[in-house]
Amino acid sequence: MYRYTPTDQRVVDERVEQFRDQVRRRLSGELSEDEFRPLRLMNGLYLQRHAYMLRVAIPYGLMSSDQLRRLAHIARTYDKGYGHFTTRQNIQYNWPELEAVPEILSDLAEVEMHAIQTSGNCIRNITCDHLAGVADDEVVDPRPYCELMRQWSTFHPEFSYLPRKFKLAFTGASTDRAAIRFHDIGLQAVLNDAGEVGFKVFVGGGLGRTPVIAEVLRDFVPAEDLLGYTESILRVYNLEGDRENKYKARIKILVRRLGIEAFAEKVEADFAATYGDHLRLTPERIDEMAAFFRPRPLAAVDPAAEAALAQATAASPAFAHWRRQNTVSHKYAGYHGVIISLKAPGIAPGDITAAQMDGVAALADEVSGAEIRALHSQNLLLADVPSDRLFETWEVLRTLRLATANVGTLTDAICCPGLDFCSLANATSIPLVHELNERFNDLDRLYALGHVTLKISGCINACGHHHVGHIGILGIDRRGEEYYQIMLGGSESDDAALGEFIGRAFPRADIVPAIERLLTVYVKVRTSPEERFIDTYRRVGVAPFKEGTYVDG
Amino acid sequence: MSTADAAQARLIIVDRQIVADPWQTLPDDAPAPDSGDIIVSWDRWLADAATLRARSGRVGACCPSTVNPALSDALAGLSLIALSFPKFADGRPYTYARLLRQQRGFTGELRATGEVLRDQLLYLWRCGFNAFELSPGRDLTDALKAFDEFTVDYQPGTPARAGR
Repeated sequence: MYRYTPTDQRVVDERVEQFRDQVRRRLSGELSEDEFRPLRLMNGLYLQRHAYMLRVAIPYGLMSSDQLRRLAHIARTYDKGYGHFTTRQNIQYNWPELEAVPEILSDLAEVEMHAIQTSGNCIRNITCDHLAGVADDEVVDPRPYCELMRQWSTFHPEFSYLPRKFKLAFTGASTDRAAIRFHDIGLQAVLNDAGEVGFKVFVGGGLGRTPVIAEVLRDFVPAEDLLGYTESILRVYNLEGDRENKYKARIKILVRRLGIEAFAEKVEADFAATYGDHLRLTPERIDEMAAFFRPRPLAAVDPAAEAALAQATAASPAFAHWRRQNTVSHKYAGYHGVIISLKAPGIAPGDITAAQMDGVAALADEVSGAEIRALHSQNLLLADVPSDRLFETWEVLRTLRLATANVGTLTDAICCPGLDFCSLANATSIPLVHELNERFNDLDRLYALGHVTLKISGCINACGHHHVGHIGILGIDRRGEEYYQIMLGGSESDDAALGEFIGRAFPRADIVPAIERLLTVYVKVRTSPEERFIDTYRRVGVAPFKEGTYVDG
Repeated sequence: MSTADAAQARLIIVDRQIVADPWQTLPDDAPAPDSGDIIVSWDRWLADAATLRARSGRVGACCPSTVNPALSDALAGLSLIALSFPKFADGRPYTYARLLRQQRGFTGELRATGEVLRDQLLYLWRCGFNAFELSPGRDLTDALKAFDEFTVDYQPGTPARAGR
């Protein structure tokens, strides 16, 4: 993975001192809260319902075991002993004191981490396919470009006061696991006919109050032009994005207002006028960066280990379930990607204790090259676990209570913090997940439902991405009561689609039973257990679901 | 400028120094003096450029954040362009500054005015601003420190590393 140069280290060190001084000026009253707000936000510091929340960047989701140990240390020392992994591959702490934040940043800087631009109307943390470098459907490893983009976007003087936040996501695989069509800019690394690397550029996607699927801005931008072309997109947005109404300020609204062709013309015109060698990524620069991300040499796995693994799988149904649900195939034979579910019953999705973080870090040292990845799905990944360590990995994860075998199932839900933490929320979301876990605690019943994505947002700002869940739940406030609407048919992958509401909202007491009725319909109407929920929905439409779900209500 | 006026001249930051502002900002309804350096509104400049150019003093114009001066064909004769920040979070003038410096080759004074705060100075400087009217009541000496808060950056090709 990438290691800081002296320049990188200097940037984060200087940032710590700058923020320390900003906090000092805030506490002394020199800075008003209005003036301080954008400064703290650009450093990932929010004021929430009960306390400050600090969001720490994990660039493109990749971290070392030492970095994860430091995140555990921060949870223990400055927070309540846990952290929360987010859908954008960051980690949040819900209870830091303002006075302690400069120290936290200093602790982070010691391990090449920071909270830069994890919030605010600027270019946010870059996200990436969590299987980059190991996926068997990968065309180009996008991580070198992620890091080049991270550096270019860090403290960009021209684009730090944008109309609104700005999010970029990368993939280099044929299957989109990074939701690139729901980002302000989505970048898909591809090869042209000559075998050269370039990017298919999507623009104007997003969720929130106005969900939009991104459109293709250009089919192929040569790799060397990546930063220049991105800069031109940002420049057009900075000049023309709406600054009057924050709900119309995202680039998706601008693209929609101008139309994709007119928007593209403006980008091309700026690119033609301003692009020069200063932003060109030379082959040498790209190679230099790619060297940080070359796969570590993986030893060949003894064929006997495969036999032993097969035997262990046959002997232990619990291990077999976990292996089926929570591991993914790897580019190299004899290796496995292990998804660590942060969706155990009774736990808020994405939450992990300091002790668990330390345990995962130690495990990564042992079995997976001392690296850990944070996933868009609010889980973690050990990317390179050899067959002869897989059973042991499961056992360790079990003792850490991190082996819930539910990846890809209903209870592997994405969920916003909701009313329990967030001052914007209308309704709770985390307790719904707890209740779902109670109702679907029988694993056989859960597995019988197959692959289904459930996404829950506590308000229309859609942090739980309800529009793109196969099943989406949106919490609303109705005369002071929590109500929930159900959407069906969303997807954030290559088959990107926005879900549709099925009908009137359910009261708090009936929303989980309603989901249960909905799934009963699915089981009844699917052609076979292999037909996924989303495919059944697409085949039969909303009518049977509507009928079956509202029958009791 | 009389001695009394000079004593009251506001202090601003130019090229990282605190100086008494030698420019006079002229309200739209005030007649332009024959000499002296004046800053007029952008509209007045567009309407009266020929007259204003004929004076003996220098002329600057103050551009609102809703207008992109880099698209203007009336830059000739301007020794100063002030870009106005109605709110410090209005980021458009950062782009205007870069385009004026790098596309239009503007070499005169580029001044930030309006809601201009210490914590924006470094980015403004890096985008090509070289003069700063800070919001009233701000400590200019303290604000000068902002230019040195970062000694390295990741963006090649922004206008200002020169002068450091």
